[in-house]
Amino acid sequence: MRFDRLGRRKLLSHLATVLSGAAMIVVMIPLVLVLYEAFTLGGSVLSWSFLTSDPPTACSPRAGVACPVGGIGPAIEGTFILIGLAGLLAVPVGIAAAMFSVEYGDKYPAARLVGFVADVLSGVPSIVVGVFVYSLVLLYDPAIVFSTISGSLALAMIMIPIVTRTSEAALRTVPRSMREAALALGIARWKTATRIVLVAAAPGILTGVLLALARVAGEAAPLLLTDGGSFRGFAGFDQQVAALPILIFTFADSPYQNWIAVAWGAALVLILLVLALSIAMRLVLDRIARRMGSV
Amino acid sequence: MGSPANPTESPAAGNAPPEVPPAQRVNRAPVLGDYFFSTLTGIAAAAVVGLSLLLVAVLVYSSRSTLSLFGPSFLWTTVWRPAPANVFGIVPAAEDTLLTSALALLIGIPLSLGSAIFLTQHAPTWLRAPIGQVIELLAAIPSIVFGFWGLIVLVPFERYRVEPALQGTLGWTGLFNGTPIGIDILTASLVLSIMTVPTITAISRDAIAAVPRSQKEAALSLGATDWEVTRTVVLPYSQGGIAAGIALGLGRALGETMAVLLVIGNRFAIPSSLFSQGETIASLIANDFTEASGPLELSALIEAGLVLLLITLAINLAARAYLARSQVHEGGFEG
Repeated sequence: MRFDRLGRRKLLSHLATVLSGAAMIVVMIPLVLVLYEAFTLGGSVLSWSFLTSDPPTACSPRAGVACPVGGIGPAIEGTFILIGLAGLLAVPVGIAAAMFSVEYGDKYPAARLVGFVADVLSGVPSIVVGVFVYSLVLLYDPAIVFSTISGSLALAMIMIPIVTRTSEAALRTVPRSMREAALALGIARWKTATRIVLVAAAPGILTGVLLALARVAGEAAPLLLTDGGSFRGFAGFDQQVAALPILIFTFADSPYQNWIAVAWGAALVLILLVLALSIAMRLVLDRIARRMGSV
Repeated sequence: MGSPANPTESPAAGNAPPEVPPAQRVNRAPVLGDYFFSTLTGIAAAAVVGLSLLLVAVLVYSSRSTLSLFGPSFLWTTVWRPAPANVFGIVPAAEDTLLTSALALLIGIPLSLGSAIFLTQHAPTWLRAPIGQVIELLAAIPSIVFGFWGLIVLVPFERYRVEPALQGTLGWTGLFNGTPIGIDILTASLVLSIMTVPTITAISRDAIAAVPRSQKEAALSLGATDWEVTRTVVLPYSQGGIAAGIALGLGRALGETMAVLLVIGNRFAIPSSLFSQGETIASLIANDFTEASGPLELSALIEAGLVLLLITLAINLAARAYLARSQVHEGGFEG
């Protein structure tokens, strides 16, 4: 009787182990399939000319008609310009806000509001950010509602809370003793903050910036409302510009086979871009871990 | 500098007031730098805080025409009739938003928790780090890629394999009525669950990994099996972190646009079954925004964005409150 109960408990425990392993496998299947399809279908169109050419005209194969393959050159250019400009707008604001919150949190209790607000802002759906920036720019100048600058503003709005939160966390890991040592040497507070604390926290801040860039590189929803669907490359900050996520959306939801093939290629390029940013982030993180281990 | 006092004679000259003036001279220049520094960073901090207020203010101002025209009836009207009728209500879209997200969590939570438990408790040690990193990378894949994959790969699979089978075996429940065409609420929920699982798994894994070894060993020494350790020690201890992960996943699912837009069918109506086509608040905005029939529909779409913002805000704040409370409990060791 007693042994029977122990046997049941052990059986239940084994069952739980098996089920958790099964859950892991079930979780991995669709995720691996997504990557597999993107790499095989996207890989088959990938080439140097694919990365540089203009998108093809819509076409379905018929007898005797070969469809042009084309490429995603303008969309790659547009994505880099959009996230680059968004980064230029968001990174200084995010880091400065985090510095104020960390360096002056003791002096002004309101400064600690920054972390809370950044937390709340990072939970705002990206489509709502699109609606906000659209409405804001419409109030300012209806002519540039759909433009590169408008799209960059939307992406910057998504980046700011991410950069602020990660910078704040990185700045807080700098030991208080380091600040006190600098201040005791008579170094001014602003110099302590910018030349010593900021430098010590730089790798952590960099991972936050990379994380934010990886996140906005794949954002399509806010760009739909602020940049719109364009197939052309950069033509000025007040003009629309193509972007990889928008191109994937437009081409994926089309009946033309060559457009769907191009969308797979674009999806693969986008995944590789995000992966590259994530791997760069991991390398920086490893360096931080090693440096902390050696101290 | 150039002080005449010899340091070796310090015991004799213990009080040296002439040292003070240079210190004052050092102090004067930085005051201006400090002033600029605190002002500039203060402006940035105020900008971040101001941005959140501006967000709400602009959404309210830009949706003022529907806010004043329909008032609260926007929240219980079930039709969306563009110009010339101009009657707008959010109910079907809000219902689809909550339904797809709830279904995604229903599918995703057991799988995420199982994976997190497997990764921390049962997986061979050499396997834990690589799988953990793969999960984190997958959480970074853009949602448009999941939507595209869902449309091309998952929709036909649902249409020809899964949905006919569901209708055959569970059709009596009434959940699976209608023609299974693959583009519907069920597929949208599946794509959402696939997207949110990496997020929930990664955060739950971190929470579970933070459970002290001594707690687990104490339970083991009392004769608990592995599962009993997980159920009585690990899960109660990490429930705050797990709840935070679920809330983050829910927030992501509620606001997800692109993945849903491609597979849900974009039909504004209250669903009659899981095979109905639908339209979430986010996909409604993405669909109609650039083709709005007039200023009134645009205002209604902006108001829909405001509703979505308030829903996600409520979820996030509730999660924070819960997390803060559970941390207090953990600190107080309520077991």
